Amino acid sequence: MLGRLARRAGLAAFLTIFALFVVGPLVWLALRAFSGTWQYPHLLPDTWTLKWWTQVLDSADLGSSIRLSLVFAPVVTIVSAIICLPAAYAFARYEFPGRRFLLVALFATNAFPKIGLFLSMAGVFYSLRLMGTFLGVVIVQLLGTLVFMTWLPAAAFSSVPRSLEEAARDAGARPWRVFARVTFPLAAPGILVAMILSFLASFDEAQGTFLVGAPNYVTMPSTMYELVVNYPGQVAAVFSVLLAIPSVLLIALVRKHVMSGRLAEGFQLR
Amino acid sequence: MSESSAAATPDGGLVLRGLGKTLGGRSIVDGLDLTVAKGELVCLLGPSGCGKTTTLRMVAGFVEPDHGEILIDGRPVTTLPPERRPTAMVFQNYALWPHMTVFGNVAFGLKLRKLSKKEVRDRVGAALELVGLSHHIDSRPAHISGGEQQRVALARALVLEPQVLLLDEPLSNLDAKLRVRVRDEIREIQQRIGITTVLVTHDQDEALSVADRIAVMNTGRIEQLDTPSGLYDEPRTRFVAGFVGTMNFLPGQADGANVRVGGATVPCDELSALADSTRVFGVRPENVVIGSEGAPARVVREVPRGHFREVILTIDGADTDTPVRSYIPVGTPPVSGEVRVRFARAHGYPDESAAAVEAPAPVTSGV
Repeated sequence: MLGRLARRAGLAAFLTIFALFVVGPLVWLALRAFSGTWQYPHLLPDTWTLKWWTQVLDSADLGSSIRLSLVFAPVVTIVSAIICLPAAYAFARYEFPGRRFLLVALFATNAFPKIGLFLSMAGVFYSLRLMGTFLGVVIVQLLGTLVFMTWLPAAAFSSVPRSLEEAARDAGARPWRVFARVTFPLAAPGILVAMILSFLASFDEAQGTFLVGAPNYVTMPSTMYELVVNYPGQVAAVFSVLLAIPSVLLIALVRKHVMSGRLAEGFQLR
Repeated sequence: MSESSAAATPDGGLVLRGLGKTLGGRSIVDGLDLTVAKGELVCLLGPSGCGKTTTLRMVAGFVEPDHGEILIDGRPVTTLPPERRPTAMVFQNYALWPHMTVFGNVAFGLKLRKLSKKEVRDRVGAALELVGLSHHIDSRPAHISGGEQQRVALARALVLEPQVLLLDEPLSNLDAKLRVRVRDEIREIQQRIGITTVLVTHDQDEALSVADRIAVMNTGRIEQLDTPSGLYDEPRTRFVAGFVGTMNFLPGQADGANVRVGGATVPCDELSALADSTRVFGVRPENVVIGSEGAPARVVREVPRGHFREVILTIDGADTDTPVRSYIPVGTPPVSGEVRVRFARAHGYPDESAAAVEAPAPVTSGV
């Protein structure tokens, strides 16, 4: 009885600290986006206003950066899927020379500070005339998605038992149909997670996009740099809230489709 | 080629000829010949690694044989991919698709064959009725029991009306009680629809109780192909004798109507497979008769085993470390101390290393 109480108290303390450190700043940010004046030590803003929102949404620069972000993220995600999913299937199902090396090499792009990589890429991009182009930004954002888009789907593909594929062959399905009807649906939750992570990685990518895209293509995260310096803090807060919306929506989607039901069921069955 | 093969084996539902497979430098299946008659159930029985599953997978088309050929109803299928063979397999882990319902699983192959919706529904319904699972038609595989999953897998295979049904250790994932029931169900369904069937198992009990004939496999070859009773009564090789049923192995020599084991001479009513090279005798425990005549022996202990009793004996003067097991019916008076034994029947084998190989643990219901 006492033990249970102690456990509950511990859990409550943990949740409080968690809320304070993780949710707290977010709540503050959200409040700040709507605040006119906010004097220390008041817990809530003194005056409320929507003017920062209208300022952001009316500004041509900021509006275009939002639109650009919403174009780049899906394009990068789809291109990344087209490139990486076949590779992931190959990593999962075939033994070929250099397989392990290539798998680990994918990590290399994430193992070093990105800015160094971007600077050396810039040299190459200049000579290829990719600086300041749409394609250049897509390529630089792709880099950050390769690892997710290969490793997670590869794990998802290889967790589909071969006997399930063989059973489909046995029932009369040709290989491509086996993939479409059995392998892909069973690996889909893992692929969905990879696509969401890729979307967010692309959506939040700032350094490379700024380096390659500016001044023609300035996305939301690149704009943030400018905002922090040139605008009142409240505008940055509005922008942060806007940046967070896709993440929150997508993570809710993951929760609904991945955590529940089908995937877990699939793995109970050997 | 195919025509002559068909003519040579008019009854062959499934013919394997000179089948061989080497994997990773190891010969898994080595020149295997087997003919399964139409409607017959043949078990491939053997220890793990004997090549029985590889053989089955070659028939299904998942493993390509290095040499040899496979004929189904006289038609060569050796080079066909699995989806074009008239075989259907029940996998050891059932391999049901977890993202489809029971209906979806059974209907999968029918839908590929572009049948009308009504016909798919009718045939799935009939197949599920055959295995007694109509009430689970809309369940997901994860929500039904292991035995039910097994029957869905069977229905999924049978609904396609294959010419050959392949069962890969179909009972190994079920608990002991269920195993017997599902085993009987499989046999009953197989006989009802009269389908040519190959069943792979390492469980001699399972093989003895369902098969028309059993092929005992060892190191990629068939050691003996026989009916269950033939296999039990006349095991032709030392390996078969040790693998099927319980067998006492005694190093010895024939001496007229006696078996000489070390310094002991045990009278024997019937000696089979005797040759000059005979060095080892195999005696079934039920053929070790304890009575008033025969060689003197000593009872070590007696073990009740349900519907029979197991008596463990040492034969006087037979300087062998392995004790002799004898089965006696429940109801006979208890035996102890000094007794006399004779053998009702003994098989001779040309093998000197008798003591080195122990008989497998006796399986109670197999006797």
